[in-house]
Amino acid sequence: MPVGRHSRRDRRAGAGGVVAAPERLRDAPRADSAGLYRTVRLIRRFEQRAIEMVRAGQIPGGIHPYIGQEAVAAGVCAALRPDDLITSTHRGHGHVLAKGADPVRMLAELAGRQTGLNAGRGGSMHAADVGIGICGANAIVGAAAAIATGVAWSQRRAGHDRVAVTFFGDGAVNQGVLLEALNLAALWRVPVVFVCENNGFAATVRVEDATAGSITGRAEAFGIPAQTVDGMDPQAVLTAAAGAVQRARAGDGPAFLECVTYRFDAHHTWEHVARPRYRTAEEVAEGTARDPVDIQAARVPDLVRERIDAEIEALLDEAQRFALASPAPDPSGALDYLYADGRRGRAGTA
Amino acid sequence: MPLLSYLRAMNRALGAEMERDPAVCVLGEDIGVAVSNVTTGLLKRFGPERVLDMPISEQAFTSFATGAAMSGSRPVVEFQIPALLYLVFEQIANQAHKLSLMTGGQVKVPVTYVLPRSGSRAGWAGQHSDHPYSLFAHVGVKTVVPATPADAYGLLVTAIRDDDPVILFAPAGAADRREDVDYAALAPVPLGVARVHRPGTDVTVVAVGHLVHDALEVADELAASSGISVEVFDPRTLYPFDWNGLAASLERTGRLVVIDDSNRTCGIGGEIIATAAEEMRLIAPPKRITRPDGAVLPFARELDIAVQPTAGQLRTAIEAVACGE
Repeated sequence: MPVGRHSRRDRRAGAGGVVAAPERLRDAPRADSAGLYRTVRLIRRFEQRAIEMVRAGQIPGGIHPYIGQEAVAAGVCAALRPDDLITSTHRGHGHVLAKGADPVRMLAELAGRQTGLNAGRGGSMHAADVGIGICGANAIVGAAAAIATGVAWSQRRAGHDRVAVTFFGDGAVNQGVLLEALNLAALWRVPVVFVCENNGFAATVRVEDATAGSITGRAEAFGIPAQTVDGMDPQAVLTAAAGAVQRARAGDGPAFLECVTYRFDAHHTWEHVARPRYRTAEEVAEGTARDPVDIQAARVPDLVRERIDAEIEALLDEAQRFALASPAPDPSGALDYLYADGRRGRAGTA
Repeated sequence: MPLLSYLRAMNRALGAEMERDPAVCVLGEDIGVAVSNVTTGLLKRFGPERVLDMPISEQAFTSFATGAAMSGSRPVVEFQIPALLYLVFEQIANQAHKLSLMTGGQVKVPVTYVLPRSGSRAGWAGQHSDHPYSLFAHVGVKTVVPATPADAYGLLVTAIRDDDPVILFAPAGAADRREDVDYAALAPVPLGVARVHRPGTDVTVVAVGHLVHDALEVADELAASSGISVEVFDPRTLYPFDWNGLAASLERTGRLVVIDDSNRTCGIGGEIIATAAEEMRLIAPPKRITRPDGAVLPFARELDIAVQPTAGQLRTAIEAVACGE
């Protein structure tokens, strides 16, 4: 990937050296039981912390919580190499963290600080860390699939054997651009893995009320092998993803996973206030009965789990302190980074 | 000197840049056989890995190019029809254009979009005849509309080398023009630098794309018939616009007429007039010639012509502005 014009260090230096970021939790996502547990637990606690910060007015705009879907991000990203690439969605915190983004700078980004991953220019729906293959979350449903296909194609053309994963929800399977991307990827055997997180709802609309035919049938129509996976079990997702990634890396073309999961919390935190009714209490109880964090916790010795839990709590405490202590971006630089050559347009007042 | 046609100049620029930089690739519909006469010979010369015929999936291949551009390639995307830009406005305005800022400068998107034969092609009717360059200037995508073969060459080269998305409209009204050129003198033309085709002292005419040639003809006629000295100012790049160049021209003339193939409301012509009125020297009220408000190009030849800016309208406007105070 091209190196950005401002290295991470440069941007952190932009904080004026006021606050020092703590050490990062880990170097790369780990695929063993403890590693998977650490990832799902980190995502869960990160999201709970972020919701608290939304309520406290510390994160503008709210978030789309990933709670309940952690197994998908953790399992898929555990199947990737550090130099593989992902694109993400409006509900993207889990993917970004599982791929290895620094939770500290991620939380600072959500809080709109200069020290954030995107220097406060992206926020929750656009978090990116290109240096470790996170090509950006995307706020338009389905839009990133074609971008990821181009990324993977270009990487292969440059002689790399990197794989790109594009995450999207069940709502995206009815977007034309995603279906077009499936065709392109299959046509040219592009090393991209399409991961559909079917959480049962496109915002508030049930998947069965929005989607004719089947989700995997869409991929199969293009000759792309598709598999439906238990998206609540990190290990099951990892096993399926490893196969898909291996196939793509070997040059056999794209693969498609439908991970059946459930969103435990709101579509967006505005629901905590507006409380639209589209799920019954019984349905939510059923959907949340299997918790991916609990499923993975049962596979890890208590002592290991307790150590990981404590480490995560300390990290998130520090992340929140770091975010709140970091400076807001300087308004005079509101349109910094708009053009690669640093060009500035005219101001809004003559 | 050899005669170089406009589309051949674009072809030459593409070939030269593909030769110079292996990252450059071209994608679009029917480009293998070069139905638009821009990609002629490139498939044979550079192979199907760099000259990619696309399925009719404009949205996917536009964002495919974005991804490729983020990842080391420098794609040039050809759209056969300007109205296809409405299909991919999301992919250009909302994705490719925004990724640099939204990622805090982590990515560059060096992609070039080319629109051979934009605007009216006479008889191609409502959905094949638009000229939506103002939309892209409004959004902030670097937008160029060359008027001559040498400028088409130079601006396309610059667009390909630029690290941001750049869109190049090659107006149908200019696409068949030929120009005596010295091939060795063909050179990149910087973005944001206008060209004064004809100096003058009484009225500055800002003409966009093919309308530069109408403006030059009218200027010659007026010089002969009424002694009005017209300066023909070709912005070449609509965004970023050469405001300093325009201000310098108006220092000389103090009078302004704009001829622009956009619909009137929110077209680039309105922006030029507004900026001149706010910031520059004007000694008479300016005028603009555009397509009518909300124009949909009708099919019949007479109706097609009726909604396009004409040399006659321009002549009338110049005469009025030249007399105005």
